[in-house]
Amino acid sequence: MAPTSKLSQGIKKASRSHTYHRRGLWAIKAKHGGAFPKAVKTDAVAAVAAPKFYPADDVKPRQPSTRKPNATKLRSSITPGTVLILLAGRFMGKRVVFLKQLKSGLLLVTGPFMINGVPIRRVNQAYIFATSTNVDVSGVNVDKIEDKYFARDKKKKAEKTEDELFETEKQTTKDLPQFKKEDQKAVDAALIKAIEAVPDLKAYLGARFSLRDGDKPHDMVF
Amino acid sequence: MVKGRTGQRVRLYVRGTILGFKRSKSNQYENTSLVQIEGVNTKEEVAWYAGKRMAYVYKTKTKSSGTHYRCIWGKVTRPHGNSGVVRAKFKSNLPAESMGRKVRVFMYPSSI
Repeated sequence: MAPTSKLSQGIKKASRSHTYHRRGLWAIKAKHGGAFPKAVKTDAVAAVAAPKFYPADDVKPRQPSTRKPNATKLRSSITPGTVLILLAGRFMGKRVVFLKQLKSGLLLVTGPFMINGVPIRRVNQAYIFATSTNVDVSGVNVDKIEDKYFARDKKKKAEKTEDELFETEKQTTKDLPQFKKEDQKAVDAALIKAIEAVPDLKAYLGARFSLRDGDKPHDMVF
Repeated sequence: MVKGRTGQRVRLYVRGTILGFKRSKSNQYENTSLVQIEGVNTKEEVAWYAGKRMAYVYKTKTKSSGTHYRCIWGKVTRPHGNSGVVRAKFKSNLPAESMGRKVRVFMYPSSI
């Protein structure tokens, strides 16, 4: 029963004495020796000289919003080790293993690369189906892979001489850095062992999903 | 039509037919098209497809961005009637020649 709740316009529900007691004003008074403490007016307010400029309108400056977006909710059907089906992109139809959700909300997946050619990759939840198949990922360590791992390399602006400017651009080789290849192998090693332990799972992950004639996705259970 | 896709071709979309525009007897509203999705026959089945993106793909005589194929993107908005027909809105209204032609209903954004 908050004292500010109203019975009617201008009539508070709690009486003046009730709110006095409820707010603990008696305790504050007792703490300060019987008198209610008065706030000391700082001299800073009086010391400011008359400003040179008064804005024409008494308008509050617009404050930028301090609202922060919520973390992306992971679907309950997706747990580490779930086999996902990619619905779009270069690897559409491929069945991949889910590793973890990154801070950006994207899902970290891997083929494994040796089985279906999908490397360690990020994928958005909206573009996957979660199947009920699960792979044991207890042996896999993906702690060091975060969103920064996937950031693009900033192109270094090489100083060009006038001659070079007219030459055709040098083909910058886009080889995958060696550490990424090794990370792939490290992540996949434990995963492939777990996959080979389950009959047919390797072939299942190697095969692509496709719709056929007569297929009704709205009736399918994945 | 992905450049040089030489691998296995997979269909990750449901075929749909464009029936026409939303209309009454003598007025039609071209901003909404009606689509019949294969295999969907009741209003309840349409619920799965709500919000799914669709693409009307067509061929042109001239090349744009290196290909003769172009597409208009859209999405399933709501069921139309009781028998599984669906209303769809596209980024730009579909041309009249699309009536009777195929549209691809993708399975994303998915919620499975």
